[in-house]
Amino acid sequence: MLTALLVMAGITLALGLALGYAAVHFHVDGNPLAEQIDAILPQTQCAQCGFPGCKPYAEAVASGAAEINLCTPGGDDGAKKLAELLGREFKPRGVQEEKLKTVAQIDEQTCIGCTLCIQACPVDAIVGSAKQMHTVVSAICTGCELCLPPCPVDCIALIEEPRTPQNWRWKYPRTGLRVVS
Amino acid sequence: MSASRFAHLFHFHGGIKPASHKTESNGVPIRAVPLPERLVVPLIQSSRGGARTIVTVGDKVLKGQCIGEAEGKAGTAIHAPTSGTVKEIGRYPMAHPSGLESLAIVIEPDGEERWFEYERLDPEHASREDLILRIQASGIVGMGGATFPSHIKVDNAIDTLILNGAECEPWITCDDRLMRERAADVLTGATLLGRLSGAKRIVVAIEDNKPEAIAAMRAAVRAEELSDKDESEGIEVVPVPARYPQGGEKQLIKVVTGIEVAAGKLATDYGVQCFNVGTAHAVCRALVHGEAMVSRIVTVTGNVERPGNYEVLLGTRVADLLALAGVKPDTDRTLMGGPMMGFTLPSAEAPITKGSNCVIAASPTLFPHRPPEQPCIRCGSCARACPVELQPFELYWHSRAKNFDKAGEYHIFDCIECGCCAFVCPAHIPLVDYFRFAKSEMRAKNEERKAAEQARARFEFRSFRLEREKAEKAARLAAKAAETRAAMAAAQSSEPKADPS
Repeated sequence: MLTALLVMAGITLALGLALGYAAVHFHVDGNPLAEQIDAILPQTQCAQCGFPGCKPYAEAVASGAAEINLCTPGGDDGAKKLAELLGREFKPRGVQEEKLKTVAQIDEQTCIGCTLCIQACPVDAIVGSAKQMHTVVSAICTGCELCLPPCPVDCIALIEEPRTPQNWRWKYPRTGLRVVS
Repeated sequence: MSASRFAHLFHFHGGIKPASHKTESNGVPIRAVPLPERLVVPLIQSSRGGARTIVTVGDKVLKGQCIGEAEGKAGTAIHAPTSGTVKEIGRYPMAHPSGLESLAIVIEPDGEERWFEYERLDPEHASREDLILRIQASGIVGMGGATFPSHIKVDNAIDTLILNGAECEPWITCDDRLMRERAADVLTGATLLGRLSGAKRIVVAIEDNKPEAIAAMRAAVRAEELSDKDESEGIEVVPVPARYPQGGEKQLIKVVTGIEVAAGKLATDYGVQCFNVGTAHAVCRALVHGEAMVSRIVTVTGNVERPGNYEVLLGTRVADLLALAGVKPDTDRTLMGGPMMGFTLPSAEAPITKGSNCVIAASPTLFPHRPPEQPCIRCGSCARACPVELQPFELYWHSRAKNFDKAGEYHIFDCIECGCCAFVCPAHIPLVDYFRFAKSEMRAKNEERKAAEQARARFEFRSFRLEREKAEKAARLAAKAAETRAAMAAAQSSEPKADPS
């Protein structure tokens, strides 16, 4: 009787210690689910979902506070991937054409150097300073359109990324139908 | 001559034996092309890097004068193909399956063909670094079609240098004619490349369907031996049995040395390196004769009156070349490169570049259109033909279903796009088209992922920066408030003293 009690108590103690040790030493910072969701999001940081960036949206989705189909740049494809990851039901975003990647471009003749767009850019892709011309570093620009509304002189436009041999893609092969008669 | 050290050749997996169609164009000596009205020289001529233009419109340039400086370490320079005036720097269609335009320098020839005099280097005494820099400055890239910058390739210590004269692709004969007519220059270039990369032996591998080229190269080696140069010791001409794609780098290395270059490894990791015979010839012209790369040999064949090889100035329009060879009326498209690995040119306005080895006028009789694709019957012919030992039918399923992760698992990026699988497919499936599609989609996805990663890092840093600025501002304000408070307190405590009344 006493032996049994001691054995059980010993096991409990050992397991408790092991669990306590694991909790301290294998502690994972942050929410791994939110990180997985963040990895699926396109990182445009456009805030069109109503959250200030991709990470906050990912956290909201992880906690169940937000729908999975709010990401505009991610589109239906992204929503499907999120549905798969979270085991939730996929809800279509409605009819949407596939958007080509765009980047912002500042008309440098019109720019007055107000720095408002610089403050709006979520990825610091605009350089310039007060009363100096600004310009967009197109390699970093995500095309989120957040710089468009604050511009007082409306000198920012989104342009399609030019096609170069480096980013040109082969088409899906199609063979024509055979003419029978 | 000692007994061949390559008496025993090896074998690569798969491969095909298509009709070679070499005799159409290999019977006539290399012909010159009359100066065209204008030459369009694209700034990007290499697979790894471009050039930065250093001339402006209206400049007079001499033949071989640098007009585009090498951009970065991997860049290669470009040169004026003839003497004349820079007419324009603008966008022109390029020799690429997309038909996209790229920045090019347009030169109007003055007809004098005056060469630009470079300071001569003595290849026997100049330092290795100087010679490699000269190769870069002369704009030399791999002339077999891949256009990899030669100065990067040669800057590796190797044991065996393979001079690639296999020319396994049907219809193309430019390397054949080059070896027959300019064997000595090719050999000099090869010995220079061998010396720069420290190679102990040089193997000239030529497919056995080019007996004249083999004889010419052997004669050149013998002449070298008679001239009593120490380096001639290690040179050997090895005929290899004709089989496509023998001229593929990894395939040729396997056949000659028996070494199988593993996926993701480079030939130099095994102490072997391949150079095309055209590249060796260009190296000889650059280092011995001081001529930058301004022309190349191009095979013009197919549905033309006068097929053959032409010495073409870079920047000559394909249309001019075809007109010279006399295109027959039933030609319906133009192929650049061979029929196996080449592509249909979207526009014959495209200029000849350093990698353009062959222009084929195609007619429905010579190159019948592919019959409609039928369902795969899983016969496995493609897997037997694949020289890389992939399973093309598996890759096909996954590429077709846009299941790119799975295609990656089946090593789609090891595919060399040689076209053997599509050639043998009884269901006429354009397998390579599917693989090219899948590869470019996968590359684009990868780029997107990288861009997203960068955007995430930048967004996170910005958030951190804003937080930090806020904290700093708050700290500053707090410090100021504390200061003011202290000053006020001090003022209050000193007030009674300050007011003696």
